Amino acid sequence: MGVAVNHISKQFGTFPALHDVSLRVERGELLALLGPSGSGKTTLLRVIAGLEIPDEGQVIFADEDVTEKSAYERRAGFVFQQYALFQHMNVFENIAFGLRVIPRKNRPDSAAIISRVSELLKLIQLEGYEKRLPSQLSGGQRQRVALARALAIEPRVLLLDEPFGALDARVRKDLRKWLRHFHDQTHLTSLFVTHDQDEAFELADRVVIFNQGSIQQIGVPAELRKNPQNDFVREFLDV
Amino acid sequence: MRRATADNWLVRYLLIGIVFAFIFIFLVFPVCVILIEALHNGFGFYWDTLCAEHSLTAIRLTLLVALAVVPLNTLFGISAAWAVTHFQFRGKALLISLIEIPLWVSPVIGGLVFALIFGRQGWLGTWLDTHGIQIIFAYPGIVLGTAFVTFPFVARGLIPLMQSQGKAEEEAALTLGANGWQLFWRVTFPKIKWGVLYGMILCNARAMGEFGAVSVLAGSVEDRITVPLQIEQYYLGLDQGMPRAFALASILLFLSVVTLAIKVGLEWRRLAHNIIRTH
Amino acid sequence: MTVISSEAKRGGTPAHGDFVFNQPRVPSGRRRKHILPGFHLTLGFTLFYLSAIVLVPLLALLLKTVTPNADYPDLSKVVRHVFDVATDLRSLDSYRLSFGLSFVAALINGFFGFIAAWTLIRYKFPGKKIVDALVDLPFAMPTSVAGLALTQIFSKHGGYIGQVLFNWFGWQISYTSWGILIALTFIGFPFVVRTLQPVMATLAAEAEEAAACLGANRWQTFRRVILPAVYPALLTGVMLAFGRAVGEYGSIVFISGNIPYLTEITPHLIIMKLEEYDYVGAAGLGLVMLLMSFFIVAAINLLQHFVIHRRRLA
Repeated sequence: MGVAVNHISKQFGTFPALHDVSLRVERGELLALLGPSGSGKTTLLRVIAGLEIPDEGQVIFADEDVTEKSAYERRAGFVFQQYALFQHMNVFENIAFGLRVIPRKNRPDSAAIISRVSELLKLIQLEGYEKRLPSQLSGGQRQRVALARALAIEPRVLLLDEPFGALDARVRKDLRKWLRHFHDQTHLTSLFVTHDQDEAFELADRVVIFNQGSIQQIGVPAELRKNPQNDFVREFLDV
Repeated sequence: MRRATADNWLVRYLLIGIVFAFIFIFLVFPVCVILIEALHNGFGFYWDTLCAEHSLTAIRLTLLVALAVVPLNTLFGISAAWAVTHFQFRGKALLISLIEIPLWVSPVIGGLVFALIFGRQGWLGTWLDTHGIQIIFAYPGIVLGTAFVTFPFVARGLIPLMQSQGKAEEEAALTLGANGWQLFWRVTFPKIKWGVLYGMILCNARAMGEFGAVSVLAGSVEDRITVPLQIEQYYLGLDQGMPRAFALASILLFLSVVTLAIKVGLEWRRLAHNIIRTH
Repeated sequence: MTVISSEAKRGGTPAHGDFVFNQPRVPSGRRRKHILPGFHLTLGFTLFYLSAIVLVPLLALLLKTVTPNADYPDLSKVVRHVFDVATDLRSLDSYRLSFGLSFVAALINGFFGFIAAWTLIRYKFPGKKIVDALVDLPFAMPTSVAGLALTQIFSKHGGYIGQVLFNWFGWQISYTSWGILIALTFIGFPFVVRTLQPVMATLAAEAEEAAACLGANRWQTFRRVILPAVYPALLTGVMLAFGRAVGEYGSIVFISGNIPYLTEITPHLIIMKLEEYDYVGAAGLGLVMLLMSFFIVAAINLLQHFVIHRRRLA
């Protein structure tokens, strides 16, 4: 499913977080939102997920205008920067949450939930960790649980906010590879926010460069390096 | 070797001594006195006092009052904390200040305001009279006054607690498809349940022990008075007033010790912030 | 409305201009304003309950002081009566007593509360956790029960301490203003300790060590480094204790004896007015107390504001 945002603007008080941002993400694409902190990239991701309401503009999933839809109707998988795992639930319950809150008439039975969660645990290579609480996991493990939890609802699009930000360098590299591999297999339309250009360039099909609430340039990594469109991009990419 | 920032041993022992003396005279001693005086005429007398008609009626009324006030204020506390910590809206700071008003105001005023509305010379006095509805000097009046005095207790504990927890988990639940009800019961409530309990315990202790507001609203009609007022009645009574008053007071003392134990237990486990400290 | 061609191929990179759609901007109509659910429900109930229990009743009190009734048939007479009651000698004496003794009790609590907080934060000693827990006792204990116990302890007949003081020195505590002072000290104690503790706990040991290294002795360090840092919290705690004491009723009614002009506090006078069915007078005294509380709260907020501001500058 493709995603598009159309002339999005958003102010926090007097601070313009997003200014007339339009962007289109192709189906099955892995897109990076790259920019310095405070440039509006996380805000855009939250607007897409339905966690912020834009002052102006539209959000479109496939060919459906979801601007007026609340986050829980959009079915966008969101992985939070600090993971936001439910601290009082174990790994199993965290991952199963999205299935358990489905309205009763559509809800899978408990056997189906167990099998779905096991599948996801296998995918994130955390089999045997069902009973652990989030506080008993390492950063990388928490990250993967957060991902599995988002995937459990079979999201239409996957949104990741600084997915590797809180991890140390080695775990970061591994997870990066793992995510690329995962994406190559599933082709789930994905957007991730990062301030690290190596991460963006290594992982993403296309990179969107943000500054001060607006898009500076969009392109495949090679093109951005070869052909920066303005001074900010040139300086930011150091080319 | 003594650390540069440690105090001289003399100062240290002196200060610790002062604290113990103060705590003993002001806090421990009164507790002991209540127990000693309560049992002044022996255990049989103590038990008879507690089982006397007046005591039982008062205990029953006090329980009924707490049963109405604590759930109401808890519902309010959760509601207010949810609104204040999860949303941005104009006048939020003002709302928080308004919630705290009853903490600053004399409990007697908490009773007075309702007397001015529902009393014989109050705003609705004549109307209530002609319709035969009694609020002042009756259960509804006592509930209102007590609700006023204990109004902020749950909210005041929950607001800082929920603020410190942020709303990321709620947002996560929302993206996973949870509706409002599921969000509250499955995600928020498990995080705040000890804070809610803490607030309820304090609210309950204050509700059962409230004196000022209730003494305005309960008057001295015999079967319409709560435990603290019955204590006063016994105290003013001529026949063995002191031991009777202290016997009934020992129940409230017991309640406050239990309250304190739960309160401290929750604070030590860092499940709740001290309500006085949250300023 | 199809915006994205569902046939878009993965990896197909649109040219730069492509992502800006040539669509008119959609004017933002009436949109949801809140992400999380329950805004209207919770705020609605909050405002309703707040109004019903607190705001409307307080408004009723204010209105009572300006509304003519059978006894005072026009506005000037009502206001006149409110003014007379509020400035009556008996009322003035009760203010002096309530505010004066609350102030002294708050100072006493400032002194002992400081020592208690310091001791609990800085020293290790047996029974420390119990002492820490007991600090909250006045908060958990019904004030009337505390008042009853203190009355008995300090009464000259059969009292414990009171008898000794009376027999040896001829001092009377219960049924005098000394008794009120003791009760007010009791109820205000937790406020100072609990306000000071967190501030003292975060007080950087480094600053003290630095001062010590610079050759300051312990007393100088205390006066120049520690006291300035905790002073605002101390003042706040004292104000909180003061505010609490001014409105106190339950613990005082037994120990004071409620002798008009001598040991009668303002809340007691309000109850007297009500019993005389002088509702306007009672409302007038209530208004005076409300105003006083308002000034105390305003002072505390100003103090907090000042402290935060100063911290930001530093």
